[in-house]
Order: sequence, then C-alpha cells, then structure tokens
Amino acid sequence: MSPRIRLVAFLAVVILAVGGSIGYLVGSRAEQQDAVRHATPVEQASAEAIQDAAHIVFRNTALGPDYGKVAMVAIEDPDGARAVTTVTCDRVYVAAGRTLCLFADRGLVTTHRADVLDRDLSVTHELPLTGVPSRARLSPDGSMAATTSFVAGDSYATGNFSTRTVISRIDGDDRLDLETFTLVHDGREIAPVDRNYWGVTFAADGDTFYATVSWDGRTWLVEGSVDDRLLTTLHADAECPSLSPDGSTVVYKKRGAGPPGTWRLAGLDLGTGVETMLAETRTVDDQVEWLDAKHVIYGIPRSGSAAATSDVFVVPADGSGAPDLLIPQAWSPAVVR
Amino acid sequence: MNDGCSGEHVYLTDRSRAEGGAGKVSARGVTRTVVLLGLVSLFTDISSEAVSAVLPIYLTVVLGLTPLAYGFIDGIYQGVSALVRILGGWLADRGDHPKWIAVLGYGVSALTRLALIPSQSMAAITGVITADRLGKGIRTAPRDALIAASSAPEAMGRSFGVHRALDTTGAMIGPLLAFTILMVVPEDYTAVFVVSFAAAAIGLAILLLFVPDLRPRRDAVAARPAAAAGVAPPKPSLRLLADRRFAKLVAAAGLLGILTIGDGFLYLVLQQRDELATAYFPLLYVGTSFAYLVLAVPLGALADRVGRATVFLGGHLALLAAYACAGGPVGGAIPTILCLLFLGTYYAATDGVLAALAARVVQTPVRASGIATTQTAVAVARFVSSVGFGLMWTMLGQRPAMVIVGVALIAALPLAWVLLRGVEAGPSEEAVVE
Repeated sequence: MSPRIRLVAFLAVVILAVGGSIGYLVGSRAEQQDAVRHATPVEQASAEAIQDAAHIVFRNTALGPDYGKVAMVAIEDPDGARAVTTVTCDRVYVAAGRTLCLFADRGLVTTHRADVLDRDLSVTHELPLTGVPSRARLSPDGSMAATTSFVAGDSYATGNFSTRTVISRIDGDDRLDLETFTLVHDGREIAPVDRNYWGVTFAADGDTFYATVSWDGRTWLVEGSVDDRLLTTLHADAECPSLSPDGSTVVYKKRGAGPPGTWRLAGLDLGTGVETMLAETRTVDDQVEWLDAKHVIYGIPRSGSAAATSDVFVVPADGSGAPDLLIPQAWSPAVVR
Repeated sequence: MNDGCSGEHVYLTDRSRAEGGAGKVSARGVTRTVVLLGLVSLFTDISSEAVSAVLPIYLTVVLGLTPLAYGFIDGIYQGVSALVRILGGWLADRGDHPKWIAVLGYGVSALTRLALIPSQSMAAITGVITADRLGKGIRTAPRDALIAASSAPEAMGRSFGVHRALDTTGAMIGPLLAFTILMVVPEDYTAVFVVSFAAAAIGLAILLLFVPDLRPRRDAVAARPAAAAGVAPPKPSLRLLADRRFAKLVAAAGLLGILTIGDGFLYLVLQQRDELATAYFPLLYVGTSFAYLVLAVPLGALADRVGRATVFLGGHLALLAAYACAGGPVGGAIPTILCLLFLGTYYAATDGVLAALAARVVQTPVRASGIATTQTAVAVARFVSSVGFGLMWTMLGQRPAMVIVGVALIAALPLAWVLLRGVEAGPSEEAVVE
C-alpha cells in the first residue's frame, strides 16, 4: 500500500468513526427529547393533601423533567395523582418526619451525598457516603440512619468492588462502619478479609438491626446490636433484609439455585426459623418495604432500553397470592403512616 | 548488508533497519513509530477508560446487577490475563511479527465495545469483559517489543516514557469523554459504547496502516558483522530466555513488587484519614495519573542518562515517600496531594523504565517474551502483596501493616540494588548467532 492509500484509508476510518459517533449522539438526543415531549404526563397532586394521610414516598422514575425526584402518593390511591417534590435522590427513605436521601451527582467529579432532611425537605444533617448509593434505611424513631454504597478500590484484588455500610446516630457523632463490628459465626468470632456488609433494617428498640454479611462468595443474614458493636449470623443466603412492623419476620432476597445476578424474595419467621418463598417469581434486586403487617413492596426495573424506569409491586409476605402493580414509574418506596 | 549499513554500529543498524521507510528519528531520539504506538494506546485507552468509568453505574443502575458478583469474577480473570500476556510475548517472538499479534489484541478489545451494546445479562457482560482482558493481555508485550525495536538503545527509557505518557493521556481523557456524553444524552450508555468503539477503531487503524511490520529477530541477525552473515536466525527458546542477568532482573522486580501496596489500599488509607479524600475520591486517580503523565518522559530520559536500574530503584523511594504521606499522622490536603504525586512519580520511574530495562537485558529473539515475563512477575507479586497486605491490615491494623511493608521495602532496596548491578550491560548479541 502506498502512503497515499494508507492516508486515505485512515481518513476514511476517522470520518466513519467520528461521523458515526456524532450521528448516533444527535439521533439519540433527538429521540430522548421526543420521548420527553410525548411522555404521558403523570397526574400531579399537592403534597400537603397527600401528607395529611398515610402515604408512600418514592423516587419518581417517569421520564421527563421530574425523573429522579422524590414524589409521594396516598396509600388509598397508589396509582393515582402523585405529588412531586424538588428534591432528587437515588435512594430515599422516610421515618418519623425525617427523610434520608442518597444521591450521586454524576459528572466529571462524581460526588456522593447522604442528606437527612426535615419535614420541609431542608437539609439538617450530612452523613458520610463513599461511592454509588445502594440502600438507605432509618430506624423507626428516626434517630439512626444506615447507608450502603458501592466502593471502588475497597478490595483486596485489584479492580474489584465492595460495599461500605455505615450506621449513624443522626443527632450524635457516631458514624459506625459495620466492618469495625465484631462478627460471630457458629459461636466463634471471625474476621474474614473479604467480608462485606449491606442492606440494614432496624428494629423498634433503638439497638437491634438486621443486615447482610458476605464472605467467601456466600451471604448470611446477621442480627446486630449497635450498642454492643456486635453482629451474629442467623441464616444462610439472605440479602437486604426488611423487618416487619411487628418485628416477627424478615423478608429478604436470596440467590437460591438461580443464575448469578438473579434473586427471589423469601420471608423468615425469626421465632420459628421457617423460611417461606414469596409468590413473586421474577428476579428482585431491592430491599423490600412493608406496606402493612401482611404485604411487602419493592421496585422492578422495566426491561431493555426502558430500564431507567421501574415500577413498584406488592406481594403478600406469607407466600400466598400473586404480585400486583402498586405504583407505576416508581423506585425506592417508603411507607409513612 | 541492508540499507547500506556497515554493521559496525550494531544498534544504529538495528534501529535504522527497524525503522525501514516508516520514520525518522526525531531530534530528541524518539522515533515516529514510538509516537504512533503511543497514539494507538492513547485512542485505545480513551476507549477502555470511557467504558470502565461508566461500567459500575451501568451494571447497578441500568442492568440491576450487583457489582459484588462482577468483582468476584473480575479477580479470577486477572490471573488469566497474566498468562495470556506471556503467550502474546511468545507468539510475537516466535513469528517475528509482533505487529500482527498486537493487531490481534487491539482488534479483540475493539470488538468487545460493539459486543457490549446488546449484552444485557451478567453472563454476557462477564464474557465481554473477559475478552477485553484477554485482548489487553495479548497485545502488551508485542507492543512493547515494537517500541524497543524502533528505539535506539540509548533512548529506550525516553521512548517508553513517551509511550506511557500518551497512554496515560488517553486514560485521563476517557472518563471525561464518557461523562460528557452522558451529559448530552443522559442515561444512554449505548452512546458511550458506540463512541468507545469509534475511538478503538481509530487506534486500530493507526496500528494497521502506519506502524511498520518490524522483524526484530531477522533484523538483529541481518545486522551481524559479515562474518556471521548467512547464519539462520535463532528460534526463540527458553534457553535464550534463561539468562542469569535476566533472572536477576525478574527477581529484583518481583521482590519489590511484593512490597508494593496497591493504589486501592493507599486510596483507602487516605479516605479513612481524610474527609477530603473521601469527597474527591475520583480525583485521587486523576492526581496520580497527572504526575505519571508529566514525569514519564523526563524520568525515562533520566533513566537513559544515569541508568535505568538506578531510576527504577529511585522510583521505589518515591513509593516509600507516598507510604509516609499516606500513613503519617498528619492529614489534610498537602500530605494527600503529595502522596498522589509521589505515587505518580513511582509509576513514571518504574513502569516504562522496567520495560526498557527488560528489553535491554534479554536478547532480541526473546524480547517480547522477556518483557512479558517481567511484567507478569510484577503483576503476580503485586497480587500476592495485596492479599498479604489485606490480611495484615485485618489482623494488625492499618498503621502497623503499612510500617511493616515500608520497613521491608527499605530492607529490600539494597538487595535489589545488588541484583540489578551490572544487569544493564546490554545483551550479549554474539550469543544470538552462536
């Protein structure tokens, strides 16, 4: 090949590569703007009216200018009009008048934030958060917050990910990384180097909580004590537990024998140790929330290119019945009664 | 003889022959081919780092996967990549066409960008990422052999410095490009993959169209004095690789590699001490890369002047300084920034310099294999180190673990110096024609 032909071939590659890229970006942007323009506007309601009665706070995933903002619907009318606030969160939770909002401001420098907001949605406390937000929970009395985030570089083999879970006493100075707690397994204190914690749920006593620990490729349900800085394994293959309002049952996701990256929901009676699979047959990667004493709710992303939008479903916690759509275009639900 | 070369100056002959018609040696001793290979790496790194920057978010937010599962598998394939690297080096030596092995490696990685677009499951993404790792493993040694083959021995350090600086520039542009794309078309990760493929294609085109098909072994033999002409080029063999000086080099690099705390750990130490480091976590990488980028060429040139082994060992002093800044009692912006700069200095003084050193120590017919072996020894040593350091961190605490590794590194440096003494005398080319 003569130098001239080489140069022409190279210019052709550059033109194709740059032109194709720009063409794709322009087309995609036009398509996105089109989708926003033609999106069925979600019915809006006033926040005051909804907040007066029992309601569900969630992350709005309806495409458009309000995507990602915190919204709420009345429990009596979950697929009805929603009130959208001005606050943007990736993960949101509400208890005792406080809102915990985890947020990744993605850009050249991605900053991660965990803010505690009051009833007027003004920031009252900023909690530490390292990495992409994953789970958020408040204790029932609103005094403690638990955050889980994915941390890059927090690992013993290069390029891996791991999680960091921190329990904070919001009004005090305690910012407790669960990795500093004592871990007891089969009656023995252990400290596997590859252990990771995620998905905290609090009991009503202001001390007890449940969470997930993993090491050596397996996951376990742990019962923890904030005061004693102690964690004890209870049950194998259980992630992101959620404690029922009466404290008798946890519902969690388990891998079972399914393919990697898929989970089924199961409930564990903490008194009897009996595990029951719930009626949801799809994979669920969420920490469920209790709608009432008998039902749990959780988000499921839509498939393929519509995955930015997710819907919240409800299923009985005792394994009976069938899942049902509760709130369309919603994620990270928190029930406020 | 070839190209009118007398054969008296073996290296000059080697170089001008290697360059063929493809390039001139610039005033500062870096050839066009080296710059072209740097540009290939620049575009390929734009491509791969753009994907790496968005992959965690893509996996968790869009595909709903748990990165933990991904990370677990990722660890396993690191080992595969190390083995493939040696294979890539061996194939390059064996066929004496390092360019074509490099094309294979870069080509595989470019194709994985396209394959990412339809991949919606854990298994598919794992497969695609594995293919990318294999491509990276295959191409590294032949590419470094090409850099060595197109550099004058006295400018080898600078050549590798220029290449690594361009490579790091690409690694810094990649994430910026990715996040710019996501600002233009929010949530459209396919757009990042499309642009990433385009960048990889440009890099591959530069390699295919402009980088000459160098024949390091044939040219080394052709450059022999007339007395040796007509002797068949020796096939690369383990015997050629099993050289005492080369063994010393690998031992020294491995020894120091075991006492290297991974960046991930250093960043973690900084984060645990400092709110600042936590808030600007992504900038830690940028700080290190910046120092690497700025210092790669000057330190490579310094290595050519004062000796590559000296600069290689000196780089580990910078690493010690980085440990001191990270593990010391004083927190705040200045020690954190100093730590990142020292870490970047360490990379600038060791990564390309080690490749230059290996390229000089082994004989030309096994040069790619030699470079691959050295790099793999360092990679394996660092992996052992990260597991060991993780254990010590858990059992003894962070500060004692750092002190132990730091003291061990101080003790190991004189030993490494003894091992590296005289290693750099240049390959005994006569052995080639024996």
